[in-house]
Amino acid sequence: MSQTRKQLLTDPLVDNNPITLQVLGICSALAVTSSLNVAFVMSLAVIAVCGFSSLFISFLRHYIPNSIRIIVQMVIIASLVILVDQIIKAYAYEISKTLSVFVGLIITNCIVMGRAEAFAMKNKPFESFVDGVGNGLGYSLLLMSVGVIRELFGSGSLFGVMIFDPVSNGGWYVPNGLLLLPPSAFFIIGFIIWGVRTWKKSQVEAREYKIQTLKEH
Amino acid sequence: MSKPNDILTKFKNMPVDGMTKTIIVAITLCLVCSMVVSFAAVNLKEVQEVNKAVDKQKNILQVAGLYYEGIDVKKSFSSFEPIVVDLNQGKFTNRFDPLSFDDRKAAEDPQLSISLKEDPASIGRRTNFATVYLLKKDDGSLDKIILPIHGYGLWSTLYGFIALEKNGNDIFGLQFYQHAETPGLGAEVDNPKWKAQWKGKKLNNDSGELMITVAKTQKYKEHHIDALAGATLTSNGVDNLVKFWMGEAGFKKFLTNLQNGEA
Repeated sequence: MSQTRKQLLTDPLVDNNPITLQVLGICSALAVTSSLNVAFVMSLAVIAVCGFSSLFISFLRHYIPNSIRIIVQMVIIASLVILVDQIIKAYAYEISKTLSVFVGLIITNCIVMGRAEAFAMKNKPFESFVDGVGNGLGYSLLLMSVGVIRELFGSGSLFGVMIFDPVSNGGWYVPNGLLLLPPSAFFIIGFIIWGVRTWKKSQVEAREYKIQTLKEH
Repeated sequence: MSKPNDILTKFKNMPVDGMTKTIIVAITLCLVCSMVVSFAAVNLKEVQEVNKAVDKQKNILQVAGLYYEGIDVKKSFSSFEPIVVDLNQGKFTNRFDPLSFDDRKAAEDPQLSISLKEDPASIGRRTNFATVYLLKKDDGSLDKIILPIHGYGLWSTLYGFIALEKNGNDIFGLQFYQHAETPGLGAEVDNPKWKAQWKGKKLNNDSGELMITVAKTQKYKEHHIDALAGATLTSNGVDNLVKFWMGEAGFKKFLTNLQNGEA
């Protein structure tokens, strides 16, 4: 892989992460991170949809009429999402029961749409595919980080394997129930964004306004 | 007639934003996408159906307290005997094959169901025939009775099972396998702690009146289930559906017949 392609893949992980920098796709990040199994399947689904939708849209980019381009993108993304949903229902039924509605909502995930519109419409298929997968990975990285914190401290386990023995099971750990509820993901993502922007100062957005002082004439 | 190649070149040379090309692109794309989607749906349907069936069996095992992680669902399920019950007669019937009979489809068939005038569970039509599952002990005697129940909560119809001891009055457990109630509130019907309350409660009092109630305040300890906090409508729904299915319009006749050995 050439340098630029590698960058397409790695940039969205930290430097241009769709969640921490662009703050897209928050909704599903809140919903599916209470257990790692679910977050993992969701991550795979988003990587697949994001990569392949960028690929197909890029193939078709010269034929897509400008006036209906958003609809065309949506049709391609929606078809892929239904495909993924059907596959999950067939081969991971248990997980599909907790995930189902959120897989459907990948259609409205701004990350997928954003990459289609901002990158795939203007770039070659392979680059678009790499870019889509990269952004999917960036999303997954954050999803998994949030998932680790929520599952470990919320139910004392990781991937369903017990790490801290909870009190309800006769152990010592008192699980933090808040972490199992969606708002906790908001706090965690907020703290992660804070952390990343302290580490990478360039991600701090410029102020949109400056308080002016009146000068005397 | 122009050759296909000519048509392709002609298509390529059309202005991208022209009306004709827009329509052609839109129609082709929709056709291709719908074909892909329907191909996947049709081909995966069989696997999905099997999953659903196994999931149902798993829930029956769970409500009977037999399920644990890593169990062979199919093998354990063989200790259950599925039988179709005629609800109007309150008796077993061999009109249908219990393995293939679908209660939910029957509820939509005017030949096999009745339209309810009094409909506390908000189910519209009630099937005349329901598949029940009898758990037998190793010596062949009856151990538990698993009955299908369903009814409307706040957002969705809750589908589930209730397990009764062989006397047909003591509840062993209750479990919903399909619903779309609010996570954290109504969806707490899946909470093991809440479900554990059902065990040992009695449906009817000594004079045979249906007493089981899901409510906030307790009247009779042995018939009372605490309602879910913050989920009044789901709790009311569960209350209604359990009363409906355990009542005269539901399984009561069958349960009485079963006790008297007349089912």
